[in-house]
Amino acid sequence: MANISKAETTPKQSSRSLKSVFLFLGVFFTVIFCLAPILWQILTSFKTNEAIASIPTIYFPSFNQLTLEHYISLGLPFLQYVLNSAFVSFTSTLFCLAIGAPAAYTLARLRIPGENIILAFVLIVTLFPYVLLFLGLLEVVKFFGLGNNYLALIIPYTAINLPLTILVLRSFFQQLPKDLEDSAKVDGYNTVSMLLNIVLPMTTPALITTGILTFIFAWNEFIFALTFITRENLYTIPVAVAQLGGASVYEIPYGPIAAATIAGTLPLIILVLIFQRRIVQGITAGAVKG
Amino acid sequence: MKQKDIEQQEKRTGWLLILPALLVLALVFIYPIARAFWLSFFRENLGTQLEPIFSGFYNYNRLLGDGRFWQSLWNTSVFTVISITIELVLGMGIALVLNQSFRGRGFVRTSALIPWALPTAVMGLAWAWIFNGQYGVVNDLLQRLGLMETSITWLGDPTRAMFALIVAEVWKTTPFISILLLAGLQSISVDLYEAHSIDGANPFQSFRQITLPLLMPQIIIALLFRFAQAFGVFDLIQVMTGGGPAGSTETVSIYIYATVRRYLDFGYGAALVVVTFLLLVTAVVIAAFLLSKSRVNLTGGQ
Repeated sequence: MANISKAETTPKQSSRSLKSVFLFLGVFFTVIFCLAPILWQILTSFKTNEAIASIPTIYFPSFNQLTLEHYISLGLPFLQYVLNSAFVSFTSTLFCLAIGAPAAYTLARLRIPGENIILAFVLIVTLFPYVLLFLGLLEVVKFFGLGNNYLALIIPYTAINLPLTILVLRSFFQQLPKDLEDSAKVDGYNTVSMLLNIVLPMTTPALITTGILTFIFAWNEFIFALTFITRENLYTIPVAVAQLGGASVYEIPYGPIAAATIAGTLPLIILVLIFQRRIVQGITAGAVKG
Repeated sequence: MKQKDIEQQEKRTGWLLILPALLVLALVFIYPIARAFWLSFFRENLGTQLEPIFSGFYNYNRLLGDGRFWQSLWNTSVFTVISITIELVLGMGIALVLNQSFRGRGFVRTSALIPWALPTAVMGLAWAWIFNGQYGVVNDLLQRLGLMETSITWLGDPTRAMFALIVAEVWKTTPFISILLLAGLQSISVDLYEAHSIDGANPFQSFRQITLPLLMPQIIIALLFRFAQAFGVFDLIQVMTGGGPAGSTETVSIYIYATVRRYLDFGYGAALVVVTFLLLVTAVVIAAFLLSKSRVNLTGGQ
């Protein structure tokens, strides 16, 4: 018996160390794959124009090949774009939660006819590419005279984030203990006051999770912002940065673009660093549990 | 009697609570699609001075003979199939890595979220810079590795431009697949693997016989989401190549956008929207059917 177990340890140990080699390679590859493009963009944003255009490529610039000029060249207009994006994303997130939470509660707890059809509709709508919508929305925007008005972005952003909001919040509401709501009813709460005073405060973490996701999606939206906003001082980040790239065909300002990439996405990177766990939770709740 | 009253009231409250959401969804999703169906039966372009003129199936007839449309549909299919396949394999690999326990796992998980969180349009520019024909880092690395003699153009060559787009898309969206698959992996009991390895199965057999079948719902959901998104790809291509060179990376969505915004051909653009929508719905129905089947298999197998 003892002999057999002794003989077995060697192959097992070697397979374990083989496994750790594979794991190390996998981790190494994952980190490089995910971060290399963004690291390269960070490096480019700090290199002088000469260093950017040098062949062969400079991977480790010396001190005098580094500069802040690209960030400085973005200047005040860029701050304006960041504020625009922040305003549009934040407002649409608030709208989305305000409209989505009650809808999610209905789908989680209240019996209404056609519930399943509504749920199926909400699920299917998440699959629509926005390019199918902009033509019709363009007419709506023109009809209401909303061109170059943030409502032309806030309303669509609220809508495109509603399905996710409803699905995620619904799955959180369903996990709440039902007794609580029953006893609240006995205490004389009606549905709306119970939702406002008991259910929503208890699901604040879920609201934050959903809010982070909708904020990110609104910040990143491109096609509506490109179509409905033509006044430069109203641009959001994706459009503003894309316009930098298209400013001139022959001399593309790579340094400023790189700086704009980093400066314009810094808020999102910070959100990811702080709320990594919540974001993962939100994505899986929205896709799998729905 | 009283029970019935309560039910009635609950129903009314339910509708009131859900109504605003339904109205917003109807305005932004249903109306544009319905409007496109209606408009697709009209000619409304510069030739008609942007006045709608009813012309039956004229736009659809035109679409059948429109080589540019078929080319864009082909490009879309190539882009979608290749990028989703790579993403699934890569996403599975990353999910398996993230599912292990090791030091610094939190950091690796956070890094894996970065590509997902950043705006596609902005990162498209970053990728255009990486694939730059003159100063791009891809050219430099390939030359340093001795795989190439001189710099080549990437975004100016039809095949290589498509390649660059697929690389950028895979980078951007693989994390999403990994996150979904990881959630599935974490729900599989470790006991299953232990029992299986006691029976003498090696890790590859365990992967094939336990992981893959149990992960099937997540795989299909991820594929469904990714298929719809990749089929409607716009931001990345608009920013990186604009559909060029010579239309070689023009997808259906880029063509729709150009038709409406550049050529101001609203009627034909609407027909393109309708056809793309119908193609997408067909594919989704098929996928949903497969999904329901895989769920049945799962419960049947347990």
